[in-house]
Formats: sequence, structure tokens, C-alpha cells
Amino acid sequence: MDKSYEIRLSGSGGQGLILAGIILARAAVIDKHKVTQTQSYGPESRGGYSRADVIISDREIYFPEATNFNCLLALTQEACDKYLFDLRETGILIIDTTFVKNLALAADNTYELPFTEIAMDKLGSPISTNVLSLAFLVKVTGIVSEKALETSIRESVKPAFVDLNLKAMKLGFDLAKNYGK
Amino acid sequence: MQGNEAVAYGALDAGVNFFAGYPITPSTEVAEILAAELPKRGGVFVQMEDEIASICAITGASLAGAKALTATSGPGFSLMQEGIGFAKITETPCVVVNVQRLGPSTGMPTSPAQGDIMQAKWGSHGDSPSIVLYPDSVKESYELTIRAVNLAEKYRTCVILLMDEVIGHMRESVRLPDMANVRVINRIKPTVPPHWYKHYDENQKYLSPLASYGEGYRFHVTGLTHDAHGFPTNKSGEAAEMMEACGRKISYNMRDLVQIESRDMEDAKIAIFTAGITARAAKAAIAMARHEGIKVGLLRPLTIWPFPDDAVRKMLRDVDTVIVPELNQGQMIHEIRRLTKDKSDGDVIPIQRVNGQLITPNDILRKIKEVC
Amino acid sequence: MANIPQKIVHQYLRHDKKFPHVWCAGCSNGIVLGAIIRAIASMNLNRDDIVMVSGIGCSSRMPVYIDLNTLHTLHGRSIAYATGVKLHKPHMKVIVVTGDGDCTAIGGNHLIHAARRNIDLTVILINNNIYGMTGGQCSPTTPHDAIATTSPYGNIEPDFNICNLAMGAGASFVARTTAFHVTEMQNYFQSAIEHPGFSLIEVVSACPVIYGRLNKKGGAPQMMKEFRDNSIPLTAVDKLPPEKVAGKIQRGILRKEIHPEFCSAYADLVDRVKDKEV
Repeated sequence: MDKSYEIRLSGSGGQGLILAGIILARAAVIDKHKVTQTQSYGPESRGGYSRADVIISDREIYFPEATNFNCLLALTQEACDKYLFDLRETGILIIDTTFVKNLALAADNTYELPFTEIAMDKLGSPISTNVLSLAFLVKVTGIVSEKALETSIRESVKPAFVDLNLKAMKLGFDLAKNYGK
Repeated sequence: MQGNEAVAYGALDAGVNFFAGYPITPSTEVAEILAAELPKRGGVFVQMEDEIASICAITGASLAGAKALTATSGPGFSLMQEGIGFAKITETPCVVVNVQRLGPSTGMPTSPAQGDIMQAKWGSHGDSPSIVLYPDSVKESYELTIRAVNLAEKYRTCVILLMDEVIGHMRESVRLPDMANVRVINRIKPTVPPHWYKHYDENQKYLSPLASYGEGYRFHVTGLTHDAHGFPTNKSGEAAEMMEACGRKISYNMRDLVQIESRDMEDAKIAIFTAGITARAAKAAIAMARHEGIKVGLLRPLTIWPFPDDAVRKMLRDVDTVIVPELNQGQMIHEIRRLTKDKSDGDVIPIQRVNGQLITPNDILRKIKEVC
Repeated sequence: MANIPQKIVHQYLRHDKKFPHVWCAGCSNGIVLGAIIRAIASMNLNRDDIVMVSGIGCSSRMPVYIDLNTLHTLHGRSIAYATGVKLHKPHMKVIVVTGDGDCTAIGGNHLIHAARRNIDLTVILINNNIYGMTGGQCSPTTPHDAIATTSPYGNIEPDFNICNLAMGAGASFVARTTAFHVTEMQNYFQSAIEHPGFSLIEVVSACPVIYGRLNKKGGAPQMMKEFRDNSIPLTAVDKLPPEKVAGKIQRGILRKEIHPEFCSAYADLVDRVKDKEV
């Protein structure tokens, strides 16, 4: 990886985006990349805004906040509207159509799926929407290896939730593999 | 590893065995980790009723022989100021970590700011010199926490570690050094018998040994002006001596205390002077500007107080312009103006932001291009 | 209670250091200091293992005169400093000397939380009903209607009942006595120092020069007489008709119970988790 790769995971508090950022950052470390992960959130534990930035590089990362994203994941309309314009022209946009109904700008590389609805249908609750959409992102971008993501999930979530999250991960990979088919 | 986590493990690796604190965003992780780790190591973690009690408890524990630390943020840091002054006047080692947040009063608890730079120096009443360290990465948070504990023990004072919210909460891939390579400094203990002991007894480097309660020395400690034995005095000569002793040990040992990173300064015509997270933006901006052939460099103090006067004066002599980005309404820039009397005010340029957002590499790059 | 001769008391004072003391003639603080020394001497405690901590105020000047490990701290904060000392060296006896303003106004929060934790500190609270060192301002224990420089028309606030406050917060040993009852005081100090938990002894004391003058209490002897005549032991309270109890200082041990002590609880925690992976 010659240049650094900037990812923003955005949505609202309670969607598990900061945990998703930590999982992604840890997976990058497992793949022996340099990584920074920062976050910004409101005072609410549930609701409000929330975002996690992950920068992955093989060189020293100077500024740890994503300013010009290679990839943006937006789980809410508000987050999509707010951050879309900082996505590079070639950047990848992934949106959750459960909540994102209007897209201000048609980006070339846009992936649209109702992640929250899928999580509720297939996994029984919206709780693992974060890992589901993260796995989708990993498969689409190839930014970390699938193996590293799995190891990272095992290390990052509470033991009782490992199985559920691995199931979510596999579902995310499958969704990406079959996207558009 | 997270910045606040690095502070907690740095404290443990420096030998900290006493933490008293009060929950406050964005520093809470330091307390949470030490609450889990200190009891396992036989150390003390106690959650006090407020930040005032926290600084008092760590000072009391330190006098009983502990290596003691607390962590807080702006509002708590304000409450601690009187206690910080007590630790300084009684020359009692302790460390206060302040993970800064935006604004006076409650402000924006989860947003970054660098508003406490002057408070870290002058926050406590009555004119007492400070040692303040300021990391710009997770790894350095670990290293400077160890250094803060070491300096507190060595110089018998309250050392402040100033953190940025973003660094406290940032996760970065870091490799911590082998413990065998971590240098830990312990306070000098008295070698004289108890009846010869003076609680303030400078050696030729203006540092003095420190006994602990319960070791037979039965010394007195007071927040009043005191003589060399520690007993209160109203004599002006003794008061001045005591006041000067607190400053002397710092001014005499500047070479030991000052740490400054200089990057791309050899041929620089423009210098950026900044600390903490803002220096990370500066480094990115400098890389971009250098790519375009602009001769710009960075000076970043790791010790912000005492201010590295000599180093800054020398390194800024040959540049035309100094840019001073900071997340406040102008604090560090006054020090730079003081030290660059040869330059006009227009050659020392601020970039200031107080909206809870970071100064970005592009903000700095734009300013670099404006002046070159 | 052992009878401790004055000769022994003198061995505990820092004669070469800071005498004469700062206290006014007739002040009760010296009586309390004497009782503390006699309590310590009669218990044969090792002085190296005793720390005396104080805050700010007339009573808080006491540590400078006594040859122990001594710590004279900030206004109101003595209990917080003492908590740090005690937690790091739990085997040491930590005695806090404080006043009504120091402990129940600016330091009130530390008092109630130390009592709640039941940390093994001995808090000797010398209650002279006024801020003496700053010249006679109203304190939380200045009686209703009493005169102080900041209540020149009479105090309109109710006053604190310190012992009830401490008991309400969870203190496991609470006693009240007066500066007149010196042997009782010495006994209470001794029991409190021996007690494994948070203890508070309120010593109702005389400030003849400021409080006494402002409130026309006469000199020190008159104030002492008032403590003698206007106080009753708790044991007598139930036997007397209510009108004879009203307005009287009730002396005695109000609570002496064994509750889990904070330093012991912490030591148990360390035992429980110390083998866990570091």
C-alpha cells in the first residue's frame, strides 16, 4: 500500500460504529499495516451523531482524521448528507437504504443495501448491522484480509457475541460477493 | 492501543502504585483501566468524591511514599489547581494528566481543544513554575507518562501531562518498548539520620531527598511558607528562599527538562510551531508542501513548560515566517512573539480554531502557500 | 486510663521548633492537644507510625507543635489528604485535627464521604462555633441568633449537628465531649484511635477572645463553667425530664459499631484479584 487509505464509518450513536472502527483498525494491525482510528460522537450513548475514522497505511500516518475518504459508510441520512462531499471522486460509497432515502450526488462506486433490515431479517436484530456492513465494506474494498477481520472480531467483541458477529460477517461477505447479481 | 490506555499502562510501567480520581470525559478510560489493573499489582485505586479530593489524596499518598497520579479534564483540572499549588510548594511528587476538552465551564466534553496551555503553567495561584509535557501520538502518550512520573519523582513537584481529546481517544498501532528498556526514576531518599533530616535540602543540582511518613523521620509539611526543615516561617528571607527554590530546580536543569522535535528545519524558510494533535496536521501539511518544493519545517515541543526559549530562539533565527496553529484563541503564539523580536508581527502567523474541529493539513498547507 | 504526667506530655512537643504557639490565651486547642498526647502516650503507640493531618484554621495549626509525622494541608481538605496517606500505609494511625468551618463547611463533602467509606481515620473536630483565624465570621455551627462579624444582627441560619451528620453519613464511631471534660476527652480519643473504622469526636470548645467577646460569654473560665453546667452525659438524658435536656450539650459515645472498614475491604479485593493475569 503506497498511499494511505482513508475510511469513515458514520451514522448515529448506538449503531456500533466506533466498535466497527476498532475492529477494522485491529484487523489492519493483524495484517501488519500502520493504522490510526479516531472518533467523534455526541454526548448521547444512543442517538445523536457518531463516526469512526480509520486510516490504513504502510508509512507513518501523520494526521489521524479522515479528510478525503477512499471509502464512506453511511448508516443514516444525516451522516450521508454531511460527509458525502468529502468522498474522493474515485471513492467508494456504501449506504444503508433502510435509512438513507435520498442521495444528493450519484457517485460512481455506490453500493446500496438495506443493511439494518437485512440484519433484522436474517440475524434477528439490528444489533450486528455494524459488523454486517463492515464485512461488506472489507469485501468490496479488500482493504484488510477476510481472515484478519475474523480474528479481529474474535478479539474485539465479548465472548457471548462472537458467534452472532461471525454470522453477520459471513452474511456481509456473501452480500458483497453477490452484489448486483 | 488507545491514547488514554497508553497513559494508564505508561503509569503502571513507571511504577505508579496509587491513583485517586473522579470520572470525567474525555479522560475516564485512564481511571477505568487503572481500576482493573492496580489491585492486581497490589496498588491502590480509589474513586474520590471530587477532583479536589483526588489531588489531595494523591499528594497525601505520595508523602507516605507512593508514586501517585490522577487524570482529569478541564473542569476537574480547574478544581485541582489549589492542590497542585500545595504539591508544588511542599515539593511533593505527583502527576496530573489533563485530557483537554473545548471551552470554559462544561463546554464540549467530547471535542478537542488546546485551551489549557496557559492554565497548565499559571493555573494555580501564587506564581509557581510548572513542568508540562505534551504528546502527539499514542506511543508518545505512553513515553511521556513515564517521563512525567520520572520528572515528578526527580524534581519533587507536580508534573502535568497535557493531552488532546483526539489523542486520548485515538487508537494507533504501537509497539511498546520492552520493560527492560524503560528507564524508571525513583525519588532520592535521605541518607542522614532522622535528627539531621531537612525536608528541603538541595544538592548541587538543586534537588533534594525526600523521606516518607512512617520511616522514622517525623517531618512536618505545610502549605504555609516554610524554612528548610519544613516549619512555617514569616521571615521574608526564608519565604523568598522557598519561593526561589521551586523555580531554581527547574531553571538550572533546563537541559534535562526540555525536549523538542525538529523536522525539516535545516533549510526551512517557513517554520510551523505547534504541539500535540495540531502537530500531526502540520507534519502532513509539511510533507505535501515539501513535495511541491516549499521549504517548510516543524518545531514541536514535547515539554511545553518550561518553554524551550533557547532552542526556539536559535531554530527560528533563520526562518522568515513562523506559523503557529493551535486549537485556542492564541496562547502559544505569545511565547513565539516574545522570542522572535527580530520579526514583525506579520511574520508570526496564527491559525486558530475553537469550534471543536481539528485544524487539518489543508488548513495549514493553505497558510503555507499564502506566505511563500 | 493511664495517668500521664506533664513530663511525658513535654516529650511529645516540638519545643525547639515553633513555640510560643499561635493560640490566644484561654483557647481550648491546647487542652485538646494535651488530651491527644496523653491518649497516644497511654496507648504506647510508636510515634513513627502516627500521622497527624490538619486543614486550615486555628485548630489546624496543631500538627506543627507535636512530634509526629505531621501534615498541615489546605482549607477543608485534611480528610482527603489523610485518605491518601492511610490507603498507602494502612498500618499507620492517621489522626485528623480540624475545626467546624474547615470540616463541615468547605470540607463537608470529604467528611461525609470518608464517613460513608468508613475509612479508619480518627477525626478530632474542635468546634468553637466560629471562624477564629479570619477574625470571627459565622460558621455552620454558629448557633441561631448568635453574633459573628458576618452575622452582625444575629445568625439567621440553623446550625449543624455535627455528630448527627457524621452518623447519617455512616461513621462507625461518633462521640461528643467538651473542652472542660478532659479525662472524658482523652478516653474518647483513645477509644476512637483503637476503633477500626471512621471515627469522629466533636469537642465543644471555647473561643473566648472572639466568639466569647462577640456573644458576651465572659472569659475562658466562664465559658468552661458553662460547658460544665450546661452539658449532660448521654446516660442521663433518658432519666431527665425533657425541659432539663433542652438546650444542653449531650456528651457521650453516640455510636460505636463495627462496620466493614475501607482499607480492609481494599486489602481483601487485592487478595481476591492479585493472582489474575497482569
